[in-house]
Amino acid sequence: MSILTIIFYAIALLIIASTVMAVTRRNMVHAVLYLVLSFFGTAMLFYLLGAPFLAALEIIIYAGAIMVLFLFLIMMIRLKKAPGTFFPVGQMIPAILIGAGFLVVSSVLLKTGGREWTSMPAAQASPGAFGVYLFQTHWLGVEIASMLLLVALVGAYVLGLRVRRRPAPGAEEDAA
Amino acid sequence: MIVPLSHVLLLSSVLFTLGMFCTLARRNLIMMLLGIEIMLNAAAVAFVGASLHWQQMEGQAMVIFILAIAATEVSVGLAAIIAIYKRSGSVDPDIDAALMEKEGLR
Repeated sequence: MSILTIIFYAIALLIIASTVMAVTRRNMVHAVLYLVLSFFGTAMLFYLLGAPFLAALEIIIYAGAIMVLFLFLIMMIRLKKAPGTFFPVGQMIPAILIGAGFLVVSSVLLKTGGREWTSMPAAQASPGAFGVYLFQTHWLGVEIASMLLLVALVGAYVLGLRVRRRPAPGAEEDAA
Repeated sequence: MIVPLSHVLLLSSVLFTLGMFCTLARRNLIMMLLGIEIMLNAAAVAFVGASLHWQQMEGQAMVIFILAIAATEVSVGLAAIIAIYKRSGSVDPDIDAALMEKEGLR
């Protein structure tokens, strides 16, 4: 058992514990902060598994941008009270059943399959080599991803626009 | 030597289950979107582990696309949640559906 193995299990424990805390928090701000911790753990895991560039991207995009967007939204809309009951039974039971079923199936699939899983050697893809590989073999995918981001930008703008314009006709009707 | 790929896949499936549970069990659109983020992250963990196991950079390239899709999904999803909240004053999926039916929006 090498030091890397111990680090892997420590990181895995950190990720799972913080994600469980995030999923079960009633306060959404706490949930998002626990999830930021979980994404930091995932970034460490990526570094351990030989993807330092992805580790940086995980922190910048997931923990930095996406989670801050969530925090921004949660603090913007200011819910008066926690909506509905917390974990209603009617949804809890199917969720537990589906989750347990998925876990059992995936662990059985990992156990059977008739192959020996050998330990992986440590290796690292340098960011330069990774960038060259990405733009040589997946240049079309990168272009499509950029189009997708443009579509998301326009879509978010349109969704925001409709909200702002919608009260205007009603206000005119009220005035008339 | 780190760990076998099966341990990474097991971690990934546990994370995916947690995300699925969050999406299915919470009655809150924001928490459901967070659950989808957790699931996408679990898929990314599986891809990076597989990338190391087969010594191929293909898996890491897929994670870039997962990041792009996560950013897209979050921006459009949060914009939709704000639109729904301004219209109905709630982020509960059920209350919102009832309100939208009452307003004749569906």
